[in-house]
Amino acid sequence: MVPTAERYLWGAVFVLLIVFAVPWFLWGSSRLVAGLPVWLWWHIGWMALASLAFWLFSRRAWGLWIEGTP
Amino acid sequence: MSLGIQLGIIVGYLVLALLIGVAAYRITDRTAEDYYLASRTFGTVVLLFTTFATLLSAFTFFAGPNTAYWEGPEWILVMGVMDGVLFAVLWYLVGYKQWLIGREHGYLTLGEMLGDRFGSPRLRALVAGISLFWLFPYIMLQQMGAGTALAALTDGAMPYWAGAGLITLFMIIYVVLAGMRGIAWTDTLQGAFMLGMVWLALIWIMLSVGGPSAASAGLTADPEFLALGDDYYTPAFIITQAVSIAFGVAMFPQVNQRFFVARSKTVLKRTFALWPILVVALFVPAFMLGAWARGLGIEAEPGANVLPLLLAEYTPVWFAALVIAGAVAAMMSSSDSMLLSGSSYFTRDIYRPFFNPAASERREDLLGRVGVVVFATGAFLASLLQPASLLEVGATAFGGFAQLALPVMIALYWTRTTRAGITAGIVGSQLFYLASVFLPFLPMAYAGWGSALVGMALGLVLTIGISWVTSPAAGEQRAIYFDLAD
Repeated sequence: MVPTAERYLWGAVFVLLIVFAVPWFLWGSSRLVAGLPVWLWWHIGWMALASLAFWLFSRRAWGLWIEGTP
Repeated sequence: MSLGIQLGIIVGYLVLALLIGVAAYRITDRTAEDYYLASRTFGTVVLLFTTFATLLSAFTFFAGPNTAYWEGPEWILVMGVMDGVLFAVLWYLVGYKQWLIGREHGYLTLGEMLGDRFGSPRLRALVAGISLFWLFPYIMLQQMGAGTALAALTDGAMPYWAGAGLITLFMIIYVVLAGMRGIAWTDTLQGAFMLGMVWLALIWIMLSVGGPSAASAGLTADPEFLALGDDYYTPAFIITQAVSIAFGVAMFPQVNQRFFVARSKTVLKRTFALWPILVVALFVPAFMLGAWARGLGIEAEPGANVLPLLLAEYTPVWFAALVIAGAVAAMMSSSDSMLLSGSSYFTRDIYRPFFNPAASERREDLLGRVGVVVFATGAFLASLLQPASLLEVGATAFGGFAQLALPVMIALYWTRTTRAGITAGIVGSQLFYLASVFLPFLPMAYAGWGSALVGMALGLVLTIGISWVTSPAAGEQRAIYFDLAD
């Protein structure tokens, strides 16, 4: 069973991963790094992070909100 | 020369797919569960790639890069939010829960799962009917795409109707034979093929032009182009597209049905974690090529496909032909899955409960195959007439499916959802969205926010509100969703 604090933490992580997949703070930026826009690098990195977070979730907390009787 | 190579590659692909279909037919039992769901036996690679290839339509190779060429590469972000994170989260929240319920009760379709829980065959038929309504024109669009692509490829030697007819005939034979198992095997092959081709194309073109910096140099004259956001990509537009399509995808029959087919929990865990990476790996190169084409001086007419022009400029004929074959394959890998799922929705949720409840396994399996023929032929005939109203429905199908998502999710997670509540949520949001699409005096967007999103909110409010004020109807079985064996 996942501790209560961690249940909320995972909810927050999922929301953060969705919201900041678009780097809103780079709105209007056209700066290039190695030929690609900085906002695209952010997105690529963010998706790698999302994969890592999902993998951790599947190891530690899989079944959260779903398994067991509410 | 080029024509022969292109046709050869496409015919070669069709033959290969057919062989895989025959191999799958030989090991498939004559039961509905095996035909529609391959008896829930998929491992990580097959499940990941069959879902992936089913999601990808010709959009990845044609419309997507075209949009990047004209409006800038921000569409990558839409795909990332939509398919990479949001869909992955739905994969867990909707998919894993559906998988558990489906395994315990033997469900094959979404309608079946809802109808049983709420003790209502009519709700079951309603969900199937709504799904078929949005699915049919969408299949028609794919056939039109294939017909147009083959006509263009052969410079009109093969007329549109013959191209669309050929693809339809092939799909009928193939889907009737292969079932879910064969489709998933070819999907796996195709998904890997498309991913490989996009990367090869990227590397090839980058080597020719001298790397990403050189490719982007031609774009810096207009700093707006690579800048994040503009009049086209507003925040409301990005959010509306990503949210409505992600939720819509989860309710598309051919994707939703894949929630039932994993072999084990481990398979679901692995696919879940791989989603974001896979999405980035495909869409960043595919759409950046579209954007770079603009800076590299590729001149595309409005409506022309950019990627083939770029490939023709920088790569040999055979390679460009392989990529185009990949695009046609992408169209077909979506359509075959849609045909199979459409047929299962009809036989399981409409024919069986209302016309022949005593149908044997064997008969249902046969009927499923007949359903594929009827469905595909109907969509083909429609693709010849191309009625404007059907085109409109096809173009707005994602939004239509998205309306189903929230009522379903509430039912999956909130014990107090009632039959009246979910029915009101589904009917209300569908009516609102249909009215937005068809009634000229209702807008498609409210201050930039699409009506698909507004309809979803309406469905949410209706499902919760009406459930709140009604009590469960006789025959409802709440335990089906909430007493799951771990």
